[in-house]
Amino acid sequence: MWKFTVRRILIMIPQIFLLSILIFLMAQAMPGDALSGLIDPNLDPKEIAKMREKLGLNDEWYAQYIDWIKGAIQGDLGESFRFKMPVSELIEQRLINTFWLSVVTLIITYLIAIPLGITSGRFNDTWADRIITGYTYIGFATPVFIFALVMLWIFGFHYGWFPTTGSVKPGLEPGTFDYIVSKIYHMLLPAISLALITTVNTVQYLRSEIIDTKQRDFIITARAKGAPESRVYNRHILRNSLLPIAAFFGFEITGLIGGTIFVEQIFGYPGMGQLFYESILLRDYSVVTSVVLLFGIASILGALISDVILSLVDPRIRIK
Amino acid sequence: MGFLEVEDLKVHFPIKGGIFGRTVDYVKAVDGVSLSIEKGKTYGLVGESGSGKTTTGRAIMGLNNITAGKITFDGYDITDLKQAELDVRKQIQMIFQDPYSSLNPKKRVLDIIAEPLRNYEKLSKIEEKKRVQELLELVGLSPESIVKYPHEFSGGQRQRIGVARAIALKPKVIIADEPVSALDVSVQAQVLNFMRDIQEELDLTYLFIGHDLGVIRHMCDHIGIMYKGRYVEQGTTEEIFNSPQHIYTKRLVAAIPDIDPSQRKKQIQFRQEVQTEYEQSYNEYFDSDGLAFKLKPVSKTHLVALPEVE
Amino acid sequence: MAEGLLEIKNLKTSFRIKDNYYAAVDDVSITVNKNEVLAIVGESGCGKSALAFSIMGLHNRAKIEGNILYKGHDIANISPAKLNKLRGNDMAMIFQDPLTALNPLMEIGDQIGEIVSLHNKNLSKSERKAKVIKLLNKVGIPHPERTYKQFPHELSGGMRQRVVIAIAIANEPELLIADEPTTALDATIQSQILDLLNELKEDMNAGIILITHDLGVVAETADRVAVMYAGQIVEIADVHTLFGDPQHPYTRSLLNSVPNAAKDQTKLHVIQGIVPSLQKLPREGCRFGPRIPWIDSSAHEDNPVLHEISPGHFVRCTCYSQFSFPEESKEDQSHGVS
Ligand SMILES: Nc1ncnc2c1ncn2[C@@H]1O[C@H](COP(=O)(O)OP(=O)(O)OP(=O)(O)O)[C@@H](O)[C@H]1O
Ligand SMILES: Nc1ncnc2c1ncn2[C@@H]1O[C@H](COP(=O)(O)OP(=O)(O)OP(=O)(O)O)[C@@H](O)[C@H]1O
Ligand code: SF4
Ligand SMILES: [Mg+2]
Ligand SMILES: [Mg+2]
Repeated sequence: MWKFTVRRILIMIPQIFLLSILIFLMAQAMPGDALSGLIDPNLDPKEIAKMREKLGLNDEWYAQYIDWIKGAIQGDLGESFRFKMPVSELIEQRLINTFWLSVVTLIITYLIAIPLGITSGRFNDTWADRIITGYTYIGFATPVFIFALVMLWIFGFHYGWFPTTGSVKPGLEPGTFDYIVSKIYHMLLPAISLALITTVNTVQYLRSEIIDTKQRDFIITARAKGAPESRVYNRHILRNSLLPIAAFFGFEITGLIGGTIFVEQIFGYPGMGQLFYESILLRDYSVVTSVVLLFGIASILGALISDVILSLVDPRIRIK
Repeated sequence: MGFLEVEDLKVHFPIKGGIFGRTVDYVKAVDGVSLSIEKGKTYGLVGESGSGKTTTGRAIMGLNNITAGKITFDGYDITDLKQAELDVRKQIQMIFQDPYSSLNPKKRVLDIIAEPLRNYEKLSKIEEKKRVQELLELVGLSPESIVKYPHEFSGGQRQRIGVARAIALKPKVIIADEPVSALDVSVQAQVLNFMRDIQEELDLTYLFIGHDLGVIRHMCDHIGIMYKGRYVEQGTTEEIFNSPQHIYTKRLVAAIPDIDPSQRKKQIQFRQEVQTEYEQSYNEYFDSDGLAFKLKPVSKTHLVALPEVE
Repeated sequence: MAEGLLEIKNLKTSFRIKDNYYAAVDDVSITVNKNEVLAIVGESGCGKSALAFSIMGLHNRAKIEGNILYKGHDIANISPAKLNKLRGNDMAMIFQDPLTALNPLMEIGDQIGEIVSLHNKNLSKSERKAKVIKLLNKVGIPHPERTYKQFPHELSGGMRQRVVIAIAIANEPELLIADEPTTALDATIQSQILDLLNELKEDMNAGIILITHDLGVVAETADRVAVMYAGQIVEIADVHTLFGDPQHPYTRSLLNSVPNAAKDQTKLHVIQGIVPSLQKLPREGCRFGPRIPWIDSSAHEDNPVLHEISPGHFVRCTCYSQFSFPEESKEDQSHGVS
């Protein structure tokens, strides 16, 4: 098993390398450069040219890339021209916020998906299944940002059950119990809104997996052993159907990244998604590239986690 | 010199291990097999599951990398795929074991049969269709079948489609890998009869791989018995069935179910005798690794793997 | 001496296809005694597995009519709880396809252990393991300790088939249904498995239903043989009678299509046409008639029923006496194997 994991991690390195080159080249292709935002427009163009030279902005692209990646590895992602502060510092808190928002969203996603998927798959073509499938169709058809807006309006403004902006109540001491509770409280509505929509994929997937597994020959073998129906479901059908769901986990993370961009914006939640959105509007390139790089790494990590989980639970992969 | 000759064929598959997938060992799937088939004859390759029959067939087809050995066809050396001219290569075709999964279910019969034609010959659409229809007629299917999909056919008919594909390029040799193992008796009879018919009609040479000795006996002129990648015995059908020399062959022959129930007692007794002999004389027939010895001739056509006499 | 174990009366199993029910098993009545192997033979698609599944109660959405008496109790439509007590314990089944019959994510030891502990709740872990190892030994698995920890994909087809058999015989069932237990195996392993079935029959006094289309296997193992065509039994007799004096045209056709070294055949007999699908099956008159078109239709009975032509030998319809193969002329009236 660990061999597989190690090999899988080794594969990741060139993946991330390629990703960083790609992002770097894309950033290069965009108008302006790291200086455009930094400098005083009243400065003499000759001065600017000198600064360019000094900063290495006239070097070949690969030399610049090496500079950039060296910095990135050491945690130096450049300066944000809007916030006038190092990107890494800017990102740190937001990264933590988004991380926790994603974790909570994932938990809620599975809390919804697993019971619904199981019910729907086990009792397919009953009224319960039809209601659940109906919900998934609505979920597929509804854009996240509209749904999030509606949720915000109903539960945030109309009923006032949830805070409508921010990630924590201002003035609380970090690390205290109240602080943590407030953090979770702020996360809840965005997470639920996002989860309710993204979960429909998983529900559908689990449903069809279960229906498929139900018809497999080894299920008949289990019945012929005299296993009661509950055992057939719990020991044989469920385990075999949850396996592909584990493989789905990586995609879930990628999907989540897209989701957070909208949801954070709508709920005024200071996370990576919001930062990304705003930086694009303001053409704060060093931030944008950094955020894209992190998103990319998160997707690659997601795929890695999927594969490792799969190798843990699927003996057919575990052996290799 | 036979029409198709295999000399000391070896196919070893590497076993990978470690993080970097280094080769740690080899599976000697085929380990020194020689055979020779005369034109128009059927050569049977028998042996237990995993003994290397399919691998031998695939190696001759050029589908497996050959570790060592030489394959000649009609005098040409075809061992190295790249050296062999395509023209020679297409003279050897293969029929696969499972008629249910060896045909792509999403393709129409026309596309399935025309596939080798498209690889080797440039025909216009009309010519191609005509050829396919001729082939279908030859295998006893209606020419209208071209627009159908494999699932619309019975097992025997599907195997015929497989045969039609195999003979599309007018090959001289057909390697049939357990062509009837997945079929029931009546369909099996249909396919076997049909294979004999086209053999005569097209002057085909068969390498017939199988494990049903009844079928092998019915079809083959010569038989080779494989065990763990090596030959234990080779001879004419007569020799193998009437005077098997190697204990493994004896065991195989004894295991054939007799279709006459009144022989049951005798058969069981016979089998037990062979089993006892097998257990007692195992060391005389296999080396310390449990592998067969080199073949020694006992008659002009009959070879048996026996130890060197001291 | 023949003790009835299973008695099936007028069993009809129908599948629903587009709002209609079609019988795949149609009015089948057979008995299986203790210490007896009843073989059921017939081409692919003639309803052998459907019959076996009906006995085991494994169809989900089929309509089952008629009676299945196991030791005198009707099990055709009993409650799942009662059925589960019987399945795996009193009666068990070996499935046709060893490649798909095992759970890919479960260790072999657990798959066999499951059936052991389901019917023997107070077995300790080590007792259970010991029993599983014993079973693996019994079916001829060379390294039981190792196989115990392996997964199905690590085993060859023959090994998997033996695991499937180990599961079926785990609790020494009195009724064993073996659905093509040796089709996937080579000759030497096949004869081992058949020996094992015989042992089970003799040592445990079990009744065995052996489903196969390999007539050689039947000749070697069965005590009685039922020939099935298109959902019906067309002939039933003890094994010597069936092979020595087959009557029904279908039985004779089947026997003729086997390569037989004793006869010098260049051509094997081929039964024309195919087994019709359930929807296309003629439900009235003779079902096999369309496949022997050279026999004049006046020879066929309108509605062939089973006739007992000698004690224990039943043949559907009476017109078999007028049947001959087109290729053999009138003077060669010997049929089947001599
Ligand atoms: N591509 C491969 N890589 C590694 N090992 C292989 C490969 N192909 C076959 N083998 C191994 O080579 C051996 C011979 O396999 P082969 O398929 O030739 O047997 P066979 O005689 O055709 O058996 P069967 O009757 O089951 O078809 C087996 O041990 C098999 O596991
Ligand atoms: N669940 C099902 N729904 C509808 N039709 C079915 C079902 N199961 C089997 N059938 C049909 O019933 C008929 C009998 O099938 P069955 O599987 O019993 O054949 P068999 O004699 O076991 O054949 P084989 O030798 O191929 O296993 C076939 O025509 C088949 O298509
Ligand atoms: S009526 Fe004719 S075809 Fe039908 S069972 Fe009798 S002999 Fe066979
Ligand atoms: Mg093979
Ligand atoms: Mg079947």
